[in-house]
Amino acid sequence: MSFEQALRCRECGREYSLAPIFSCEFCFGPLEVAYDYDGIREAVSRDSIARGPATLWRYEALLPCDPAYKVDIGTGFTPLIRADRLAKAIGLDTLWIKNDTTNPTWSFKDRVVSVAIARARQFGFQAMACASTGNLANSVSAHAAAAGMDAFVFIPDDLEAGKVVGSAVYAPTLVMVDGNYDDVNRLCTELAGTRPWAFVNINVRPYYAEGSRTLAYEVAEQLGWRAPQHVVAPMASGSLFTKIWKGFQEFEKVGLIDTPHTRMSGAQAAGCSPITTAFQHDTLNFVPQKPNTIARSLAIGNPADGYYALKVMEETHGGAEMATDDEIVAGVKLLAETEGIFAETAGGVTIACLQRLVASGAIRRDEETVAFITGGGLKTIEAVQGKLVEPLRVPPSTAAFDAALDARRAVAAGGA
Amino acid sequence: MASKRVRFTFEPDLIKQPVIYLMGHRFQVVTNIRMADVDNSVGWVVLELEGEATEIERSIQWAQEQGVRVDSALGDVVEG
Ligand SMILES: Cc1ncc(COP(=O)(O)O)c(C=O)c1O
Ligand SMILES: [Zn+2]
Repeated sequence: MSFEQALRCRECGREYSLAPIFSCEFCFGPLEVAYDYDGIREAVSRDSIARGPATLWRYEALLPCDPAYKVDIGTGFTPLIRADRLAKAIGLDTLWIKNDTTNPTWSFKDRVVSVAIARARQFGFQAMACASTGNLANSVSAHAAAAGMDAFVFIPDDLEAGKVVGSAVYAPTLVMVDGNYDDVNRLCTELAGTRPWAFVNINVRPYYAEGSRTLAYEVAEQLGWRAPQHVVAPMASGSLFTKIWKGFQEFEKVGLIDTPHTRMSGAQAAGCSPITTAFQHDTLNFVPQKPNTIARSLAIGNPADGYYALKVMEETHGGAEMATDDEIVAGVKLLAETEGIFAETAGGVTIACLQRLVASGAIRRDEETVAFITGGGLKTIEAVQGKLVEPLRVPPSTAAFDAALDARRAVAAGGA
Repeated sequence: MASKRVRFTFEPDLIKQPVIYLMGHRFQVVTNIRMADVDNSVGWVVLELEGEATEIERSIQWAQEQGVRVDSALGDVVEG
């Protein structure tokens, strides 16, 4: 059962019926799904949720789609790991990693796509579409395949191999656009206006974006029905970041947790940091940028929800940081070496920014913090290749192995 | 007739220039402002441009030549 009621303009509050539309005819503000929260409050309890499936569908009462249309390949209810070794390395008392690399296509995009495809099927669409630097493309391709739907997936022509293969294997209509970032944007805007597709981040965006709230629901549930004191999450369009905060607030509204006092901090790459830059200049008006960073999944120069992300930082007394390419690589390695979690570059951004936030005092040592790791590392091995400790190369003999190991240890001791 | 929803971003030195007014006079486009905000560091305006598609493109190019940054009003369609 779904408790969605209408679409509502985030700027002027005008309401629209539940249709595949995304922006207000009057002010062009973005539309957002409005719910019957009283109904949800009656329908769910901590127990009823805890008895649900170990996927994001345990929160189906809070999702804007009829679950009868769901395409369930196992998305969500990912691990929340207590990260003591990483906490110690960066100077925090209590740190948790929300490990969303374990989703079916190894990124949090499976959450938003799960909701988008269910709502698209409910609307009667027969084809899904998206424009993506990789993760969204992978997820749309996989979910469409599982549903037996057509998928039209547009990607730039210079993506990492893992992200190309990670779409192609599901056999969508995969389109590599020969042109720059602006060209891909322009082409897809045109196509979205003329083709009968559910374009996940255009005409079904209001529903799609709601999938990210499940990250907050899970964290609150996994912490024993409470919100953490601080969150660090990566920002591209800024949607994920704003929806995490919305998720905590909603859990209070429907009576599942106490008032959240979470401070929300966002992470961007220095090579694409319109939101962080605006935060640092103390303005809600970001200036779009031309992306240039190894964190391709966060390389969105004109973030659709940038303004709202900045509002969340203001409202929650949060912060924002940015990380250079070198810091991103170091962040990926630090997370892997301390916690055994291999993240893609976006995870490196999150860890590097977390470090900066702690170092600057923006996060106090005693603030219980959750860092969101939203994509898996095998998709972006190019980022770390050649920057890792080389394997020992030995002929198949014990003596040779011992000699090589001793030599390595001598080097390590000398370097220390 | 075509229409296009765009976001103009103005750096401080441009904020006081009547770029949108001039654009409406120089080109056969109707400029319809929907949202706007200005502070010390930057200003932006979300507006709809209506006219022939080629005229809209010409007017956008002219605005860019004046130093205005022009982006899609929806934000980027490409995602991560
Ligand atoms: C791995 C990863 N993390 C974070 C994000 C940020 O998402 P959003 O556009 O909602 O800010 C993306 C996608 O854009 C992503 O692929
Ligand atoms: Zn409106």
